Amino acid sequence: MECEKGLKVSEDVVCPFCGCLCDDIKVTFQDDEITRLANSCAISIAKFQHYKEDRIPSPLIRENGQSSSVSLEEAVKETSKILVNARYPLLYGWSSTSCEALKVGIELAEELGGVIDNTTTTCHGPTILGVQDVGESTCTLGEVKHRADLVVYWGSNPVHAHPRHLTRYTLTPKGKFRAARKDRVLVVIDVRKTSTARQADCFIQVEPNKDYELLSALRMAIKFEEIEQVIVAGIPKEQIEELADLLISCQFGVIFFGLGLTMSSGKERNIEAALSLVRDLNRKTKFNIMPMRGHFNVTGANKVTTWQTGFPYAVDLTKGYPSYNPGATTALDILNRGECDAVLIVASDPLAHAPKTAVQNLLKIPVITIDPRISLTSLIAKVAIPTALVGIEAEGVAYRMDGIPKILKKITNPPAGFVSDVEVLKMILKEVRKQKGAS
Amino acid sequence: MELLIKNGILYDPANSVNGEEVEICIKDGKVVEKINQRKAEIIDASDMLVMPGGVDIHSHIAGPKVNAGRLLCPEDHRTRVRCAECFRNCEIKSPITRSGTGCAVPSVFTTGHIYSGMGYTTVIEPASPPLKTLHTHEELNDIPLIDKACFLLFGNNWLVMDYIKEGRIEECAAYVGWVLRSVKGYAIKIVCPGGVESWGWGGNVHSMDDHVPYFDVTPRDIVRGLCKVNQLLNLPHTIHVHTINLGTPGNYRYLIETMDCVRDLQVEDEPVIHMTHCQFNSYGGVDWRSLSSKADEVAKYVNAHNHVTIDMGQIIFTQTVTMTGDGPFEYLLHQISGNKWMNTDLEVESGGGLVPIRYNRKNYVHAVMWTIGLELALLVKDPWRVFFSTDHPNGGPFINYPKVFAWLMSKKARDKVTKRLPRLARVRSNITSIDREYDFYELAIITRSATAKALKLQNKGHLGLGADADVSIYDLNPKEVDPSVDYKQVGKALFKTAYTIKGGEIVAKKGVIKKCKSGITFWVNPQVTEELNSSIMPELTEKFRDYYTINLQNYGVPENMLIDQQAIEVKSKV
Repeated sequence: MECEKGLKVSEDVVCPFCGCLCDDIKVTFQDDEITRLANSCAISIAKFQHYKEDRIPSPLIRENGQSSSVSLEEAVKETSKILVNARYPLLYGWSSTSCEALKVGIELAEELGGVIDNTTTTCHGPTILGVQDVGESTCTLGEVKHRADLVVYWGSNPVHAHPRHLTRYTLTPKGKFRAARKDRVLVVIDVRKTSTARQADCFIQVEPNKDYELLSALRMAIKFEEIEQVIVAGIPKEQIEELADLLISCQFGVIFFGLGLTMSSGKERNIEAALSLVRDLNRKTKFNIMPMRGHFNVTGANKVTTWQTGFPYAVDLTKGYPSYNPGATTALDILNRGECDAVLIVASDPLAHAPKTAVQNLLKIPVITIDPRISLTSLIAKVAIPTALVGIEAEGVAYRMDGIPKILKKITNPPAGFVSDVEVLKMILKEVRKQKGAS
Repeated sequence: MELLIKNGILYDPANSVNGEEVEICIKDGKVVEKINQRKAEIIDASDMLVMPGGVDIHSHIAGPKVNAGRLLCPEDHRTRVRCAECFRNCEIKSPITRSGTGCAVPSVFTTGHIYSGMGYTTVIEPASPPLKTLHTHEELNDIPLIDKACFLLFGNNWLVMDYIKEGRIEECAAYVGWVLRSVKGYAIKIVCPGGVESWGWGGNVHSMDDHVPYFDVTPRDIVRGLCKVNQLLNLPHTIHVHTINLGTPGNYRYLIETMDCVRDLQVEDEPVIHMTHCQFNSYGGVDWRSLSSKADEVAKYVNAHNHVTIDMGQIIFTQTVTMTGDGPFEYLLHQISGNKWMNTDLEVESGGGLVPIRYNRKNYVHAVMWTIGLELALLVKDPWRVFFSTDHPNGGPFINYPKVFAWLMSKKARDKVTKRLPRLARVRSNITSIDREYDFYELAIITRSATAKALKLQNKGHLGLGADADVSIYDLNPKEVDPSVDYKQVGKALFKTAYTIKGGEIVAKKGVIKKCKSGITFWVNPQVTEELNSSIMPELTEKFRDYYTINLQNYGVPENMLIDQQAIEVKSKV
């Protein structure tokens, strides 16, 4: 919408930050500067307002500790050379970019005979393993908005991580059957009293790493079996039974769980217990469960990888066909063991987050980053290729945490010479095919 | 590019060609009268069976639910799958094809390769929730070598139920038309009308006159309402209905009741309703112990009433994954089988569920189910009104179609299975008393011509002048082979084409893909009057804001999201 001179307003913009993918953001530009943002949460405001900051000015190649600017073509050529010469390349990241980019990425991994993995491996990987074992009863966020009278957050703190989750989808929105906050009960289960817990009607402080015990006790309690311990996971038996009564007496309940459950002791066993609890609860009432996905398109990354290869993450294509063996073909395990000899990282920063051994091994091998911004990883990268920001400077499809696809918008032009990561990856794929053909 | 198919023995039921030696000339992807024979590539199809490319009307190949199946069942991607030349546990990348895995829920590229190798050229995804249809289209885009379309779920849509309750059928038609246009769907699919909405509260509907909680409509109202909407919009396909009480003993009554509830809406002998995967809805008895086949009753009704078409939903004794928009049914199946269960409720529009299952020949219930699908196909007299399907992957993976072809074409093949079924299953069904055997002409009808006709895809399912040059040529001499005796040979030959021709190009030879290209996605664009269209928008905008968690402007699939598409313009009556 063009209004006054230099003033441009984009409505219904999809926010490319967290798994909520709020799509009602209104962005006002004055001469290429964002001057107003409506409906944004604090994180979204930061993302939009600072989109121009910390950008890599041009493609960089690092030699002997010195970075030098090169043209995109040179960077692509160097990248391809590294990848083609690698025997076991790893292609990692993919959760903060569009599905289109990942599609090219999978084709590239297939062409190279490498491993492609997304950041699921470090967040909700155990969730997927749990689902593959016991299944999952889930729903979209709109179902929660209209029907849920009991909302449980377990090991997640949406007030900080998904700021609009409570107001837009779960606790306070006006639904068809639930009009306001007073029609819903909020339960928070966490190891500490988080900001979300302060809003809760019922807060249960579980001992760290004891989620599995609590889940098992709850599974017994909802079936009216006797819990023999007096205290389980730091919680008195009576309180567990009260919680169980609350769970089975609701009309439509939902559990949202975060990394507090997936990454604490027990990992996928915790998830299996949680999924089984929800499955058992469906014998008594209606209950659903949903992981709180973090990166805006981590759900999409799983979906695309699943439909193209049959597996959601950690796909090894070295044999010419997809194979999947979490623990062996997951990115962190490969890095920890120091197996790969080149890494292409798209829109992720493993150097800042990965365990020490993985980082040490990462420093020994050539790293290529394709990322709009400067990250710790891009600073040590052999090749760093900047791109346009998806959702601000480039279009693309992303999937909300409940699997609803949305089209991210291009609301402004990228800096001159910058193209989207889809374009960059297509160039790399073409160059790789050329170099492979020549060798 | 020009292509000449010589000496093949053609079965083209739409043009009444029954096993004649005909030359087929192909130019620019179409069947033409003549071509320059010196320039053309010539396929010598001597002693070979030639048919139009297969048209599968009901096969879950893409979309959120299918992908959930892939996620839920990594085990399906490790077992028997296809490689370029033979069966192994994978499909290996080749210079022209991408790699893949899977059997019951194969990955997208493999789906296209297997279908094409079997001679299928058009496949319909029958259940896509409009809100997630962008996902369905993303997958359809990635499936090579076949043309496709998707049906949209409307049977539990809140806005539809509101309109029907208020008796505003014309506005309902405008809304349904708007959705079809926005998300690029092909037809109206109804799954367990009202039941999936009840499942939002953990309930279900159990008769055609049960009330849907809070909406004050009945399954009967929904089916009748959407049938009228379908007629008002003048859509190419009829309503495609998966009715209530699927997979429960005694449910054949509801199947017949559903068909009968729209009987009075028929005009000019045209079908007005398609009942899908009827095998799952033709059960007699009152509980699992007394389960029996009522395929004869269903067939009797279908034979006597031409307002209805059905498809089989045959099962195959193998490992598969059931997936449907019928959430409550999948929960029931999970409780019966104890297998892992996935449930996916979807706001405002629908829901769904998945449960992996192994159909076991020794299981009496599964054995009865096996007989019912075949009985339906054999007892319905007019092959133009009973279509082939296994409701892939619910009844069995589509890779097994040739097995079912053999059962249809040979009593001997059926008897071989029947005699190994539990005795109770033999007693409770009529399969042993049926002598009918399909011939190649009838097989071509139920797998190609009738389905294309039902979808009103005018250039598909036949090889008359102007038809799309989608041809399957099998290495089987129909003049010499007697399918009732040599059923094994028939099954083997129908599994791999000698040549598959898609859009005038040879894409597969001996079941191996020789050329990879994308297929077309069909969608309908119903043209409703501008007045009616604009009259619904204010209310739609308001309801959309209240009901959905996404904005109206972000709903829908823009045309540029579809790689290769063809919009079918229809002039609506409103």
